[in-house]
Amino acid sequence: MTRLAEGGALIDRTKPVSFKFDGKTYQGFAGDTLASAMLANGVKLVGRSYKYHRPRGVVTSGPEEPNALVNLGSGPTHEPNVRMTQVPLFEGLEATSQNRFPSLNADIGVLNALASKLYPAGFYYKTFIHPRVAWKHLFEPVIRNIAGLGRAPSEADPDTYEHQYAFCDVLIAGGGAAGLLAARKAGEAGARVMLVEQTERLGGRMLVDDDAEIDGKSAVAWVAEQVIALEAMDNVTIRLNTCASAAYDHGYTMLYERRTDDRKGTGPRHRLWRVRTKQIIAATGMIERPIAFYGNDVPGVMLASAVRDYVKLWGVAPGRNTVVYTVGDDGYRTALSLHAAGHKLSAVLDVREDPVGMLVEQVRGAGIKVMPATGIGKVIGGKAGVTAIKTVSFATGKDDAPLDDSIPCDCVAMAGGWSPVVHLYSHSGGKVLWDAKLAMYRPDANFRPTDGSGEGFVHAAGGANGELQTQAVLKSAAEAASGALSSIGMTTDTSAPTVAAVAEQPMQPTWFTPTQGKASYGGKHFLDYQNDVTVADIRLAAREGYESVEHAKRYTTLGMATDQGKLSNINGHAILADALGKAMPEVGTTTFRPPYTPISMGSIAGREKGILFKPVRETVMHNWHAAQNAEFEPVGDWRRPYRYQQGNEAREPSIHREIARVREAVGLLDASTLGKIIVKGPDAGKFLNMMYTNMMSTLKPGKCRYGLMCNDNGFLMDDGVVARLDEDTFLCHTTSGGSDRVHAWMEEWLQTEWFDLKVYTANVTEQWAQFAVAGPNARKLLERFEGDTDLSGDALPFMGFTDGVLDGLPVRIFRISFSGELSFEIATPTSYGPALWEALMSKGEDLGVGPYGTEALHVLRAEKGFIVVGDETDGTVTPHDVGMSWAVSKKKEDFIGKRAMMRSDLTREGRKQLVGLLTTNPRRVLPDGAHAMSADGTRAIGHVTSTYYSPTLKRSIAMALIEDGQSMMGQTLTIGIDANSAAKAVVSSPVFYDEEGARQNV
Amino acid sequence: MLLIHCPCCGVEAEETEFAAGGEAHIHRPGPDCSDAEWATYLFDRKNPRGVHLERWRHAFGCGKWFHMARHTYTLEVYGVYQADELTPPQAILDRIAERTSA
Ligand SMILES: [Zn+2]
Repeated sequence: MTRLAEGGALIDRTKPVSFKFDGKTYQGFAGDTLASAMLANGVKLVGRSYKYHRPRGVVTSGPEEPNALVNLGSGPTHEPNVRMTQVPLFEGLEATSQNRFPSLNADIGVLNALASKLYPAGFYYKTFIHPRVAWKHLFEPVIRNIAGLGRAPSEADPDTYEHQYAFCDVLIAGGGAAGLLAARKAGEAGARVMLVEQTERLGGRMLVDDDAEIDGKSAVAWVAEQVIALEAMDNVTIRLNTCASAAYDHGYTMLYERRTDDRKGTGPRHRLWRVRTKQIIAATGMIERPIAFYGNDVPGVMLASAVRDYVKLWGVAPGRNTVVYTVGDDGYRTALSLHAAGHKLSAVLDVREDPVGMLVEQVRGAGIKVMPATGIGKVIGGKAGVTAIKTVSFATGKDDAPLDDSIPCDCVAMAGGWSPVVHLYSHSGGKVLWDAKLAMYRPDANFRPTDGSGEGFVHAAGGANGELQTQAVLKSAAEAASGALSSIGMTTDTSAPTVAAVAEQPMQPTWFTPTQGKASYGGKHFLDYQNDVTVADIRLAAREGYESVEHAKRYTTLGMATDQGKLSNINGHAILADALGKAMPEVGTTTFRPPYTPISMGSIAGREKGILFKPVRETVMHNWHAAQNAEFEPVGDWRRPYRYQQGNEAREPSIHREIARVREAVGLLDASTLGKIIVKGPDAGKFLNMMYTNMMSTLKPGKCRYGLMCNDNGFLMDDGVVARLDEDTFLCHTTSGGSDRVHAWMEEWLQTEWFDLKVYTANVTEQWAQFAVAGPNARKLLERFEGDTDLSGDALPFMGFTDGVLDGLPVRIFRISFSGELSFEIATPTSYGPALWEALMSKGEDLGVGPYGTEALHVLRAEKGFIVVGDETDGTVTPHDVGMSWAVSKKKEDFIGKRAMMRSDLTREGRKQLVGLLTTNPRRVLPDGAHAMSADGTRAIGHVTSTYYSPTLKRSIAMALIEDGQSMMGQTLTIGIDANSAAKAVVSSPVFYDEEGARQNV
Repeated sequence: MLLIHCPCCGVEAEETEFAAGGEAHIHRPGPDCSDAEWATYLFDRKNPRGVHLERWRHAFGCGKWFHMARHTYTLEVYGVYQADELTPPQAILDRIAERTSA
């Protein structure tokens, strides 16, 4: 056990918690993270790296953790790639290690490491290129087996997740000293403030690095005072366990809140917040950097700040005997905290030649050996952890340097300097500047992310702004608050509390530590722990010409793991700069992309799953269809009956039964989904002349006309029957999926091009139920209704319509047909739909009435050669291509599509034209989309657009678009079926049944 | 996500309420135009890294089309104006000049 006898601000020693890791039971305390509890149990090995399967331990204490990723939970609550450093310990927690087989201790993937010479940087690039066959059959299967970290869950997550919306004036990301002061100032100025903090505690590094006094109080006491003040303000909302994941355009901010990771709480487990804020203060702090030295990935090598976090926050000393390796004063804080906890420190290694100052003197005064100009030349140890280090002197000035005696230790604390968390500042366009003295990228106040009025809306404060000293942190927070408030017309002063702190000496940026012999090429100097990218990989990338930082990143995969290079990017870019002989700013930095840390898939989905994933439109007859055992199919957002199943009837017999009913008796089709748009006004006819290829202005009231709609490329986009209700009013039917699109299309032209026309439109699709009554008995059925509407062919001829009454129900009856049979389409206000339908069913029983679905409809229309927009057309087909030149007016001066149809490509020879295909084997139904071959078999000359078995004709029929097809009547074509077979079919007219139209015109 | 002010109904709303409609002030030539003129109308669009006059529709709101002057890189919005205006109002042109002069 490495739990200290006392201390640990966050743990409650009266509340023991038991949990399991890889099946073994351990004990921790309430307040622990999974990482602190594992360290407290002396477990160093917690994972295997991605590429080489090297043994890895916990490196950090926060969200930047690259190594300690585990599977959390099991079965439906299983979640992969969870950072142990962010998992609050709870009773019964179960975690398993990842990326190992068969077990963490005996992982055979470590063979990759032995073969690491075969996996240099660019391995994937080079392997992907050639030979391709090897990729498919050799490399990919092998890589798939060994690659990947966590395992995806296989069951649906039972928890709920939700999206929340919020608005505020100032959003403050980060609850450390800077965030607290900024929140206090903004809150006191009266702004609506949201303060979010990714951990469960406020205070940030002040809770650990408490050697400064603020306004005469201890840092911890000052933090407590701010929290009390903020909690008392109604206009300030504090959210813990909430990460400001992203700042998008115009101040749109995304927060990720983890509420009940123990899955025991009530309400949603995670929330994704969408916040509209006027201003953002990024008080997101800093992340400490590792140092590149030989063996810096052995379990037990940790960030120095994390080591003291574990000591002070969780009462855990990760080592009994620690070596600190530092580039500045900050590492000495770790030495002092371990010393205060009664632990041994073998040495503090400092890269600087002459470390001086108060922190250094305190360490020396404690009797701890300080070794100037010295680094770690080599770490000795393995999966059980660090056992010793060998030191190296920077004085040699060489990469290949002799190593000195070893120092026994079980923990290495590395303090490589700090990098401001500039992510939130950078997500929507803020720029960063390289500060050579502090070796960090800092936000450039001249290039802030800007909002809709072009003003900067993100202000960096404290550590995120590159401030290392508490006084400067608070000063910058006060200035950020003042800047944010003045942008929204509020004010605060820029005064900050007075800080008494130890003076610190400058750090010395150090990107590489020499070692002896061949190892100095850097193959065991790890930069990116998660993706196993080393100094050697970056140097190789530079040598092979990947000089751009973005190229080197992709070549080596530096920073491309789930931690997105939080620990590795700056170090890697510095190695690249060195290898290229360039300065850091010349090399540049990669793009910071949201989200800051991975967010759960559940939070992205929110409640939008299952039936809430996408709304479905149902007609007023939907329940009736369902009760008749309808099989539904999606048509646009609608669900329409595809066929009605009787008993265990297979699909084809039921469809054939429905077709025969329409051809021989009378069938009912629920056509309510057809789009219905009213176009009204003195200029309605003029307008529709532009919208349709046909002449609509000459249509007489009481008559219908089938119309085609094209776009200005001359291609068909919709079709339907237009009825003129009166001089000023037209009713335009559209395809079932097209009503919203066509309505929007009409409005676009009316509002943006012909705004001088006096026309209104209204989409009345859902106001009407509409049924097709089709078949030779259709008129007989309707004549059984009470009412004085004359339905005779003389009074209501084909393509006429009339308003009327059927058994007291108000109806509009259209003589239109999509089946080729005698057909009436009857529209009635939606609420009367069921009454009308039931009446049609009951009055026609002896006439053989019954419903038919969309598949029967499609066969019926294909027998008649009627096109369906979307089947016979694909966005490149003109009315002429489908043999409908008759519907394109030659008289109109202009219409949408007219000019385009004169373009050379639309008038050339060899365009595909609609024809029928009759297979030589009448039972052979062609596959939809099958290609017709040219005579010499060298190329495709067209494709099948609709294909069915026609029970009416007792043979296969198909429509196809074939190059110059109209001139190929009677020729036999070869149609490819699959790689090894083909069918023969004769080109015919696409109208297979009742070519004269005698059946519908009675 | 942009925050957009609709000049037709007056609300300020999320971009998800709106639909972008591409470059504004495209002239639709008559049926007597040349192939080249028609091709220009159909296909030629500016793609500036800078100020863009564009069409938007308040698709999930009032349903009206309008015009917006916007910077395609900084996403600054210089102003919105009605769909039947053939050029941006002088105030918007002045704003663009002022904001892009530096
Ligand atoms: Zn509006």
